[in-house]
Amino acid sequence: MKANAPSLVASFGQARNGPGLLFMLPAAAFLLCFLAYPLGVGTWLGFTDTRIGRAGVFIGLENYQSLWNDSVFWLSVFNTILYTVAASALKFALGLWLALILNENLPLKSFFRAIVLLPWVVPTVLSAIAFWWIYDSQFSVISWVLMRLGLIDAPINFLGDATNARASVIAANVWRGIPFVAISLLAGLQTIPPSLQEAASLDGATSWQRFRHVTLPMLSPIIAVVMTFSVLFTFTDFQLIYVLTKGGPVNATHLMATLSFQRGIPGGQLGEGAAIAVAMTPFLLAAILFSFFGLQRRRWQQGGAD
Amino acid sequence: MNISRRDLMAGAAGLAGATGLGLPAFAQEPEYKPEAGASLRLLRWAPFVKGDEDSWIANTKKFTEKTGVEVKIDKESWEDIRPKAAVAANVGSGPDIMLVWFDDAQQYPEKLMDLSPLGNYLGAKYGGWYPGVEGYARRDGKFIALPLAAIGNAILYRDSHVQAAGFKQFPKDTAGLLELCKAMKAKGTPAGFAHGKAVGDGNNYAHWLLWSHGGKMVDESSKVTINSPETIAALNYAKALYQTFIPGTESWLDINNNRAFLAGQISLTANGVSLYYSAKNDPKLADIAKDIRSVNFPIGPVGKPMELTQTTSCIVFKHTKFPLAAQAYLKFMYEADQMNAWLTGSSAYCCQPLRAFESNPVWTSDPVHAPYAKSSATLQPNGYAGPLGYASAAVMADYVVVDMFAEAVTGQRTPEEAAKRAEQRAMRYYRI
Repeated sequence: MKANAPSLVASFGQARNGPGLLFMLPAAAFLLCFLAYPLGVGTWLGFTDTRIGRAGVFIGLENYQSLWNDSVFWLSVFNTILYTVAASALKFALGLWLALILNENLPLKSFFRAIVLLPWVVPTVLSAIAFWWIYDSQFSVISWVLMRLGLIDAPINFLGDATNARASVIAANVWRGIPFVAISLLAGLQTIPPSLQEAASLDGATSWQRFRHVTLPMLSPIIAVVMTFSVLFTFTDFQLIYVLTKGGPVNATHLMATLSFQRGIPGGQLGEGAAIAVAMTPFLLAAILFSFFGLQRRRWQQGGAD
Repeated sequence: MNISRRDLMAGAAGLAGATGLGLPAFAQEPEYKPEAGASLRLLRWAPFVKGDEDSWIANTKKFTEKTGVEVKIDKESWEDIRPKAAVAANVGSGPDIMLVWFDDAQQYPEKLMDLSPLGNYLGAKYGGWYPGVEGYARRDGKFIALPLAAIGNAILYRDSHVQAAGFKQFPKDTAGLLELCKAMKAKGTPAGFAHGKAVGDGNNYAHWLLWSHGGKMVDESSKVTINSPETIAALNYAKALYQTFIPGTESWLDINNNRAFLAGQISLTANGVSLYYSAKNDPKLADIAKDIRSVNFPIGPVGKPMELTQTTSCIVFKHTKFPLAAQAYLKFMYEADQMNAWLTGSSAYCCQPLRAFESNPVWTSDPVHAPYAKSSATLQPNGYAGPLGYASAAVMADYVVVDMFAEAVTGQRTPEEAAKRAEQRAMRYYRI
């Protein structure tokens, strides 16, 4: 063994991949310590009955069985999916629209581009508090204006009614998420060579046809990445809900993330909170797989039909 | 059955504690000589009333001058206290002393120092602990914490609006309150109580509704009994009362009723005394402040006051390096001079844990303070009538009672369905 050691080191150093592996070590260690390990511990917690202040024992799937029979949990799953789908679709449509407008030759172009980023720059908690006032059941500025205009005679119950509350939190999330989508797509639009558009125009393509058969396919890799991130951010949203409603009225806006926190930290049941967080992973994986395999189809990108 | 031995020992300790009560030997004054070079770290909830913090710091300064022990006081937003305390208990480091909420101490009793000598001494010297606050701090006959205060919650109303609604006196029972609220709504000066996820106000109001009608989450043996005719009666009453409120109270968090009251949108709500001080300290609101009166929650069919009331206790972690200094500090802070200064400084926000301090001048210095003096005496523990512990804490944190009332009053479910659902939700925690 002893005799072998130097030669092993030597051959490792001379091998083509040896130094490469060595250089990857810090990154791998970083990923293991700060991503894989917490994720692993979180998953493990979900299989235990750990409470705050007491180490737990392995209880198998008991947390998940109990969640399966918990109507509040299923309500939060429904809310999360509704919230993610509605907010992401709106963010995509409005963001793309905004990106297309900003890609035109507008006067004061860079000024507008900077302005668009504002909602993204403001810390979430601050914008959430602003929305909290906007949606206040007594002091809402929207209600106030509409009442002054004589359109309604009582303040709108933004956060008290289940449907209104859901629409309100989705609107707040969309407002906050649009800049990310718009600016990223704008960057993507600028990578499309103008010659392609010109060629299409010369072939007599209408602007809709140019958009559908040139812009959109060229943009789709960017769309895939941007929407993956957007869906992930939306799915795991927490601060907005926590400031606006804490999951109310009667859990109508409870997301899986907020429920996980409520059960895990103030409720003291770390195991169950972790189980809810782990239950989010299949949905997140599905969203990632969909956007990667669904939106990055080669043939579609090349303008062909499926 | 390896639990039986532990149970036996716990029972024995309880017995010893019970028989020891009242014996002079047990209430002997304990002497704590701080360790050489001791220093302490205390973590408390961020104060709601400035005078509370000022007098606490002033008392601490006196302690440092007397003993030379430095005490570093940190504060955290009140919602962060529960996780911070739990982590400190688990990890075995961090602050030596903490001020915690409700049943926090019951979550990790084995990590906390036994403060029984101090608890028994203070109880004997100052007229006894109120059973409500004491319950949160004792387990198996031992003091695992020292009860510090109840944060009172009482009805605050605009006197002129109640008079205008035709009531010379504030009604004493639940039926009278409903009549009053109906009359106030007719006059355009409605009431409003939080039905949203308001940790303090929402829980206080919902538990009062439930308990005053005889409903209980669990019985003495932790059997879930929420789905009862009494609960249905409470839900029906809440529904009728809700009809008289300003719209939107189902979205209210803790601060909303303060804002609505100070803006003149509502004329009757329940809150800590801090609402009164917000008006009193603002010259623009002088008219409202002069018009504010306070009263305890009316009495329901059960015939006695039944309120939840937030409570706070002092805990000392076993991991402290300076247990004697920590106990010396607490002893000093609870002695009459300091406790009286603190209660006065808190201007009726904090209600005393020991009966002797009922005579503190703060309770008579302003008529609005008076109802808050009774908080410690009238409160029932969370999870009444069952024991305190992990299930009671989890049920409150999951807003089971608050949600049940919100579902019923908004018509999302019938009272019967709402009670049934609360039963199912509570069962998840009380199953063991």
